[in-house]
Amino acid sequence: MTTDAPVAPPVAVPPSADRPRTTFRVRSVLRHGVLLLAAFIMLYPLLWMLASSIRPDNEIFNSYGIFVNTFDTTHYPDGWNALARPFSTYLLNSAIVVLGAILGNLVSCSMAAYAFARLEFPFKRTAFTIMLLTIMLPVHVVIVPQYILWANLDLINTFVPLIAPKMLATDAFFVFLMVQFIRGIPRELDEAARIDGAGHARIFGRIILPLMVPALATTTIFTFIWTWNDFFAQLIFLTDPDLYTVPVALRSFIDAQENSSFGALFAMSVVSLVPIFLAFLIGQRYLIQGIATTGGK
Amino acid sequence: MNKSPGRSGRKGQGVRTHDGKAAAVFLAPWLIGLVVITAGPMLMSLYLSFTDYNLLSAANFTGLENIQRMLDDQRLANSLGVTMIYVFVSTPIQLAVALALAIFLDRGLRGLALYRSIFYLPSLLGSSVAVAVLWKRVFGAEGLVNQFLAVFGIDGPGWISQPSTALSTLILLHVWTFGAPMVIFLAGLRQIPREFYEAAAVDGASRWQQFRNVTLPMLSPIIFFNLVLGIIGAFQSFTQAFVVSDGRGGPSDSTLFFTLYLYQQGFVNFNMGYASALAWLLLLIVAVFTAINFWASKFWVFYDN
Repeated sequence: MTTDAPVAPPVAVPPSADRPRTTFRVRSVLRHGVLLLAAFIMLYPLLWMLASSIRPDNEIFNSYGIFVNTFDTTHYPDGWNALARPFSTYLLNSAIVVLGAILGNLVSCSMAAYAFARLEFPFKRTAFTIMLLTIMLPVHVVIVPQYILWANLDLINTFVPLIAPKMLATDAFFVFLMVQFIRGIPRELDEAARIDGAGHARIFGRIILPLMVPALATTTIFTFIWTWNDFFAQLIFLTDPDLYTVPVALRSFIDAQENSSFGALFAMSVVSLVPIFLAFLIGQRYLIQGIATTGGK
Repeated sequence: MNKSPGRSGRKGQGVRTHDGKAAAVFLAPWLIGLVVITAGPMLMSLYLSFTDYNLLSAANFTGLENIQRMLDDQRLANSLGVTMIYVFVSTPIQLAVALALAIFLDRGLRGLALYRSIFYLPSLLGSSVAVAVLWKRVFGAEGLVNQFLAVFGIDGPGWISQPSTALSTLILLHVWTFGAPMVIFLAGLRQIPREFYEAAAVDGASRWQQFRNVTLPMLSPIIFFNLVLGIIGAFQSFTQAFVVSDGRGGPSDSTLFFTLYLYQQGFVNFNMGYASALAWLLLLIVAVFTAINFWASKFWVFYDN
């Protein structure tokens, strides 16, 4: 298919020299115009929220603009202390859950992925299919028994129900992602190590893991963002206000909004989005790659 | 996948027999998770769905009572309707927007990476409580949208507080997160050989014809992929409806997503048996639509190999 046959030139370039050039330029400007406008509209609500978090309350509902005339930075300290605990408590709780989830996913998913990508064992195909199917399983089907399980173990209102499943590779999406990645690593590397007498633990730890750093980075960043955002599980397993994570705290903030300002609510919303935004900035490349490769065959 | 080029020696054979043990070790966490966190709970929820379990007293087996109850449950019927509208309106729109922008971005455009990032960002934020809070304010009676409309002398309604418009605001929120499928489309577009377009252009195909006869068929496996995952994901939406309606699915149950109703039954009213039955209904519905999707794909998805 990749023959550079001498077919194209005479037919393909009949239009005259400079006319298409100018239309091309106009088109390009137009296209950028449309895209910039679209991008601006996309980001507008976020910018408005940011602006609203630093303008006086009485101005929030009179201004659709994103420029701030009177700065009012009191929303941040107000919001920070609006609930029973300072907001730092919730940030810390979220951080613990997120770190636990990342660590769990990295260890457990990479181990499972190594087995699926490199080891031969009975019922491998069946196991792999089951693993893929669990990606699509709605969490709602298992949440009630999980709740009962953790309640019986007296672990409701601890972070265990949020972290333990990650240590058991239940985020099968990442297993799949890592399997795909390991399959791209030349087998000759393991074979060579094997001949040198290395066992699977060594091959995994010394060869595969160092080579799959991009996949691990993707996992880290997605786990970070998804766990930070996760609301359903945190809402169900955490009812003690001292243990609230950021999303649960924000939502209890709304309940209490009658006597607190929208500015403060927006301010804490902004605070809760900052870590995601930073993770996005740092991990863009891995995020885009991770999401793009999921569509591949 | 059983070609093992460097493996034919005695050494290879030796290692091969050890795989079973090694596999057991490497798979142990996953296997425990599968049993304790996934399969076990699935079986248990299947059992619970035939009981009246309420967390306080022991579960009584009630046979098909929960199914009977579902058939008579007006709120359930309503929440199914709401969910169907949400899934089958927002997913196609979201994918259409994603595809349109992906094609727009694909053709050797400067600043692609920047645009891609900007459009992708909302997909990461869209499921957060903070953005749901924001949405509630943007579409509130005195929110951003109405302030903007007021400039033109239009007195907008309280979009979120009216049953007729509340769901639309959530659909719009979902469409806003088109960035993730867009990135997948972009990756797919990149794999279509340029020669196909050149050949089509030589044959005098217009832009539209090129899109119709080259882009769509070549991209159909990826459209299919996005469609399947989009529908499965949309069925499970929860946070946005929960936050916007203060956990109640209002106004007048107009945003009572299926998952929200399940949450209310299970974790507010502690009707754990009924909630389990609802969960299995959800699984069944998702499975049926996924199966239909796969069946229908035979007619429009093209694989070149």
